[in-house]
Amino acid sequence: MYETHYHRASSIQDAVKLKQAAEEGKYLAGGMTLIPTMKQRLAAPTDLVDLRHVAEMRGIKVTGKTVRIGAATTHSEVASSAELAAVCPAICGLASHIGDPHVRHMGTIGGSIANNDPAADYPSAMLALDATIVTDRREIAAGDFFTGLFETALEDGELVTAITFEAPAKAAYQKFANPASRYAMAGVFVARRDNGDVRVAVTGAGSNGVFRHRDMEAALSSNWSPDALASVTVDASDLLSDIHADATYRANLVKVMAKRAVAAA
Amino acid sequence: MGVEGIGARVARKEDKRFLTGKGRYTDDMSVPGMKYAIFVRSPYAHAKIRSIDAAAARAMPGVIDVLDGKQLLADGIGNLICGWMIHSKDGSPMKMGAWRPLAHETVRYVGDAVAIVVADSIAEAKDAAEAVVVDYQELPVVTDATKALEPGQPQLHPEAPNNLIFDWQIGDPAATDKAIASAAHVTEITIHNNRLSPNPMEPRATLGIYDGGDDHYTCYTTSQNPHVARLVMSAFYNVAPENKLRVIAPDVGGGFGSKIYIYPEEIVCLWASKRTGVPVKWTSDRTEAFLTDAHGRDHLSTVKMAFDADNRIIGLKVDTTANLGAYMSLFSSAVPTYLYATLLSGQYDIPAIHANVRTVYTNTAPVDAYRGAGRPEATYLLERTMETAARELGVSPAELRRVNFIRSFPHQTPVIMNYDAGDYEASLDAAMQASDWNGFAARKAEAAKRGMKRGIGMSCYIEACGIAPSAAVGSLGAGVGLWESAEVRVNAVGTIEVLTGSHSHGQGHETTFAQLVADRFGVPIDSVNIVHGDTDKVQMGMGTYGSRSGAVGMSAVVKALDKVEAKAKKIAAHLMEADESDIVIENGELKVAGTDKTVPWFQMALAAYTAHNLPPGMEPGLKEGAFYDPANFTFPAGCYICEVEVDPETGVTKIIQFVAADDFGNIINPMIVEGQVHGGLAQGIGQALLEGVHYDPANGQLLTASYMDYAMPRADDLPSFTVSTSNTPCPNNPLGIKGCGEAGAIGSPPALINAITDAIGNNRLTMPATPQKVWAAAHAAN
Amino acid sequence: MAKITMTVNGRQVSGQCDDRTLLVHFIRENLGLTGTHVGCDTSQCGACVVHMDGMSVKSCSTLAAQAAGSEITTIEGLAANGELHPVQAAFKANHGLQCGFCTPGMVMTAVDMIRRHGGQLDEATVRAELEGNICRCTGYHNIVKAILAAAVEMGGARVAAE
Repeated sequence: MYETHYHRASSIQDAVKLKQAAEEGKYLAGGMTLIPTMKQRLAAPTDLVDLRHVAEMRGIKVTGKTVRIGAATTHSEVASSAELAAVCPAICGLASHIGDPHVRHMGTIGGSIANNDPAADYPSAMLALDATIVTDRREIAAGDFFTGLFETALEDGELVTAITFEAPAKAAYQKFANPASRYAMAGVFVARRDNGDVRVAVTGAGSNGVFRHRDMEAALSSNWSPDALASVTVDASDLLSDIHADATYRANLVKVMAKRAVAAA
Repeated sequence: MGVEGIGARVARKEDKRFLTGKGRYTDDMSVPGMKYAIFVRSPYAHAKIRSIDAAAARAMPGVIDVLDGKQLLADGIGNLICGWMIHSKDGSPMKMGAWRPLAHETVRYVGDAVAIVVADSIAEAKDAAEAVVVDYQELPVVTDATKALEPGQPQLHPEAPNNLIFDWQIGDPAATDKAIASAAHVTEITIHNNRLSPNPMEPRATLGIYDGGDDHYTCYTTSQNPHVARLVMSAFYNVAPENKLRVIAPDVGGGFGSKIYIYPEEIVCLWASKRTGVPVKWTSDRTEAFLTDAHGRDHLSTVKMAFDADNRIIGLKVDTTANLGAYMSLFSSAVPTYLYATLLSGQYDIPAIHANVRTVYTNTAPVDAYRGAGRPEATYLLERTMETAARELGVSPAELRRVNFIRSFPHQTPVIMNYDAGDYEASLDAAMQASDWNGFAARKAEAAKRGMKRGIGMSCYIEACGIAPSAAVGSLGAGVGLWESAEVRVNAVGTIEVLTGSHSHGQGHETTFAQLVADRFGVPIDSVNIVHGDTDKVQMGMGTYGSRSGAVGMSAVVKALDKVEAKAKKIAAHLMEADESDIVIENGELKVAGTDKTVPWFQMALAAYTAHNLPPGMEPGLKEGAFYDPANFTFPAGCYICEVEVDPETGVTKIIQFVAADDFGNIINPMIVEGQVHGGLAQGIGQALLEGVHYDPANGQLLTASYMDYAMPRADDLPSFTVSTSNTPCPNNPLGIKGCGEAGAIGSPPALINAITDAIGNNRLTMPATPQKVWAAAHAAN
Repeated sequence: MAKITMTVNGRQVSGQCDDRTLLVHFIRENLGLTGTHVGCDTSQCGACVVHMDGMSVKSCSTLAAQAAGSEITTIEGLAANGELHPVQAAFKANHGLQCGFCTPGMVMTAVDMIRRHGGQLDEATVRAELEGNICRCTGYHNIVKAILAAAVEMGGARVAAE
């Protein structure tokens, strides 16, 4: 790891100010991706602004079907929230399978979505739940937020402070994990609204990061059942290929995970 | 056996320190003035070094010095060696290219060390290592062994034209060809044994300490055999004479073969300590481990197995190409020859065998022994072939094996080995019963209703442990003897120290070796200490690998105990005015048989050291040493059965049950033996299902350089195992031990692949059987 | 360089270290508590697991500065008054360790697992919960057995491993 300077923020305002003052600063949430990346010397921020002690960024609030999750809320807090499980168990299930127990104790929802790793789980949930990403300065629709591999709509210094969404009628997430890293090799989040609208978001598989699968959404809108996906084709040409899974196999996994998610929802 | 003697399930003496964080591993060592080393490594798989400029790095904060290969050469430090000479079938010796501890002319794989940076902290050493400017001229690369033999490929070493190290054979080619020509059926198959990274959880580390006052060196290192390390570093690398070099292998966090070898880092840190005047510690990170720890396996073989009309094997022909990587590691030449082809008879009576083995240089990390070392390759080849043959012949896999089992002992195979004892049918029966083999059809039908493909597979393995005897291995090219030593010191108060040349890095010697003493003298194991891993404390020893510590190391202890017992009886007889032939030792007392006369053990020991009343002419003290050289290998064997369910939609294989029935000979501690089997099974299952080293063939970059891409078996990849033993004692060593350390890794891969191919109905599947491969195979025509 | 203060195994400790210093290196180098190990670079092997404010974390992926002011428990802090913690005792009784290198992380993980699951622990759960801890020696068989035994000892698991 290269030299860096550590700062502990006490509030959102403080965090933004600390970041602004830094030469090449980075926000540090759980650090579960950033610190390993820095250890490999693949990232070299001059300054780190620790968000773990910003109380206003933590916690889960459910009002009716409206959910607000503070950006510094850990995966384990999301996984074990009874309030959240009552309205959207799918997101609890997703969080309970991110990384491992130790990673879940530190890693946060805000850190995950701001990083937008193409194999991360949360971006698919945000997209399928039509969530809103709340920052220190504005609100961004999930559909506009994830812009590419490790790319988001966040401006320089902009801080994700919370996410909000309306709990769907039905939802589920199914992940096929990479046998080595255990990151998603294909993860599919399906959600159906009371009005019948369906969203299907795919992570781990797309060569440009998380994406919605419109054909699956259309098929499931007219028939919410795994069988409805039988005739849908997943185009392998837009999918990742690596030593663990080529695009053809990933295309198969996307479809299988989607079917299983619908069955589980 | 008593509660702590031979055969007792004794909890381990060493556990407390590991469980409370008091283990002392090499990286835990700290000495005054110690500095930290980072190695500058080649980012290219093949390149000429035009120049190395370390001026900027030397000027960086905290840097003590940066040293390179030219300086190492100037100081007379020698090349790394391969310790087993193999001759090609044309009689020519193997073609060994030079391996410099720090490359100064050519780098031959990604990770090849070119310089060492010594600094006040690891972070500063890393900062400086980035500032060392090495001007490389890239050369073309070859990573695949078969391709490396083709004309026009990049050449790694001028000594080895066409990258061929040796072209060796064993067995009778004419008799084998004749058998194949006359066969009723010939099964032909191509077998790929995937390259693995050993991955002990403790990364390699070393601490080199030069003491200018005495011109003496101390090397703490993660070694399975510290005496061999000292011998090699003295005799071949010219680091220091043996009497000026102390090698200490303290607690070592697993080895699996990868810590047998003496690597460049140990040599360079010792040398750097003298050059810089400070103790130098280096600890590998995991990526360095993937890049530079010796890999295992990497064979490609073609097989022809010939059967007569009664399904008896009449001939076996094998042609193997083995990838040895960029340099010949310490025992690399022995693994694909005498540790592999000599086991190709398996458990079967095969009248004619011929194997041809070519070993090849490629731009990859050196390949050497990894848990099983040659025997897993032989077993996988044979047991995949047997399974394939059974399918082709339309007979049950169990019956085909039964028909061909060796049933009388000793049995001389056509490939050197003379099997001393075994009962292969007993293991087969035990495994089939434990797995309810006969009930499989119903389970398969039930699984099919759930849309799952269920399969079952078996593997009958044999292996050879306790590689021996020294004269025989010497005649086959080994550079060392393969005996073991022991010294038993009875202290004046009767407590006992056993010094052994075996080295424990997870095997539990501190407990099992003490059990031998408890068994013999009836003393509590807490009064026995096992001393190992330090060349200043322990007489010469050969270390631990090849499941040799029980069969060879413990046998040496037994020989020393015999001598101690004889002298103790003489002393006791003298004290009690009895005949020494009437003395028996029980429960920590020496008794005159048939009388109530006794001398407590401690009193006899005290008498030995006060020397006030010893038999005339007897030397004082009670300390005896022994060297034990086995008469033969030992031959553990067994049968493994694996049952799986494959999800045809994803290709995921779930292991439903894994049954191991082994014959290990006599057992000292069943709890520890079971633990060894569990661990071996996990590594074998890892090879079959998950693990594989991948290099990019275009540029030689290692694609599996961390746990992000190299799939290690985790708890949820594995089932609980069903293990049992049915034992025939080994007739060739005093304890009747065969060895158990590698069996699990040897026998399990073919059982698993046989089960998966049975499930999916397609025999074409290579290891590791990843979900993608299984999915593709399940959807392809056989 | 900054001065960091935290509570480790019940004792307040301070040390000077770079901001880039990882918690594991602070524990090992500054405090001399070498029971916490480093087995990988990518935050997967779990040899470095300690408890921070009562929860298991990977000390190789946490800066010492992040842990300032926190309560840290390492493997050295688990046994009380010379008595092994029930998890440590269960690992010994069930031969849940061989080379011992992953053991501190395994034990700290097991203590955290039993804290969170209590009586809900079964073999499948234990295996899933061990996702972040790699052992190369034991094949996990006896680790799983040890954790289930410890859970019973500490207050009840439903299903034994064998």
